Amino acid sequence: MERIPILKMGKFLLVTIQVDLYDRLALNLEEDLIQMVFKTGAKGVLIDISALSIVDSFMGKIIGNIAGMSSIMDAETVVVGMQPAVAITLIELGLPLSGVHTALNVEKGMALLESRMITGQEDDTTADDD
Amino acid sequence: MERDIIDLLRSKKDQVLTLWLQAQDSDTEASSNFNTHDELQAQSSEFVDLLFGSITEHNIQDFTSWELEALTDYVSSLTISRARQGFSPRETATYIFTLKDALLKVLSEQIESDPVKLYHASIQISKFIDNIGILSFETFITGREDIISQQSDEMAELSTPVIRVWNGILAMPIIGTLDSARTQVVMENLLQGIVDTGSSIAILDISGVPAVDSLVAQHLIKTVNATRLMGAECIISGIRPEIAQTVVHLGIDLSQMITKATLESALKYAFNTLQLEVRRVQKEKVNG
Repeated sequence: MERIPILKMGKFLLVTIQVDLYDRLALNLEEDLIQMVFKTGAKGVLIDISALSIVDSFMGKIIGNIAGMSSIMDAETVVVGMQPAVAITLIELGLPLSGVHTALNVEKGMALLESRMITGQEDDTTADDD
Repeated sequence: MERDIIDLLRSKKDQVLTLWLQAQDSDTEASSNFNTHDELQAQSSEFVDLLFGSITEHNIQDFTSWELEALTDYVSSLTISRARQGFSPRETATYIFTLKDALLKVLSEQIESDPVKLYHASIQISKFIDNIGILSFETFITGREDIISQQSDEMAELSTPVIRVWNGILAMPIIGTLDSARTQVVMENLLQGIVDTGSSIAILDISGVPAVDSLVAQHLIKTVNATRLMGAECIISGIRPEIAQTVVHLGIDLSQMITKATLESALKYAFNTLQLEVRRVQKEKVNG
């Protein structure tokens, strides 16, 4: 069965979605990713959706789910490279993905995760309040 | 209508034209026109020629007939040119309807003896000229609507520029009311601007928005959320005192958004976020 690769980069997991995401694949990704977070003890998850041009309410929900699940396992989720059309669609669908951090590209997403790691180490009380 | 009546009118073409021109001269409204008398005469003469050239006993009943295309085209172009010259639609309509008076007058002179025939012929001529009048009005309104839609397109284009204020900072001043259609344009332009320039901060300046109601606020919140999904931060600036008052009175919650009173303070905030600093440089250092 087709699967989306999950790469481990230091303390973080990197997922690059390069194909059109259908429902079954998205559900598999959700499960695989949570397993990987558990196995590797990752502190952050970075999902690159720059190649994703179409999104529906189900996909929005999956992304929200992944973020929610990772955060209770102490890993932050950053979604990077969202296309304007995708962003507008999600907003029109009423899915502002409020628990998810976002960044313009992978580079900035990594920097964001790094900076959150530093603040997390310095002061554990400044947890994610978004 | 019987053929002989049309032939009869056709033979009296010159008389119709003369009567028509006389009526126009006596008409106080039309006499304030911008045409010279010769121009008006040429125009009217062409009109009458076309009318008698295309009208038959069949198509007088059927205004959509293709045989009348030349006449309808002429009426449309006449209306447009008169509208450009500054004639009101009433003046153009009066111009067309005085032709009816002329036609009916000639007709009544010619077939005085047969009232029934005169009655039927008058009704048909009236209907025909009324149709020309309606066509003229339609042309006028269509022309106007074209101009309106063209202008609103231009306005939408003009009022949503994306300005790159600094490396990584975009600004978008919004002028005019934000409705759903404009919000869509604003959002698309802003998000595309963010992708194109790789900016991480967008400033939405609403000092040009006359009023903020719950709908406009909802549109603003949508735009801010969409920007956040893209991975950039959106600052709303240019909140005037009246806007702050209405927003609070309406009970709209803007607390999740970063709002600043002026573009200046928004820019300061943006510099701060990007860890930039604006300093006054000592003059000696510049010269040296």
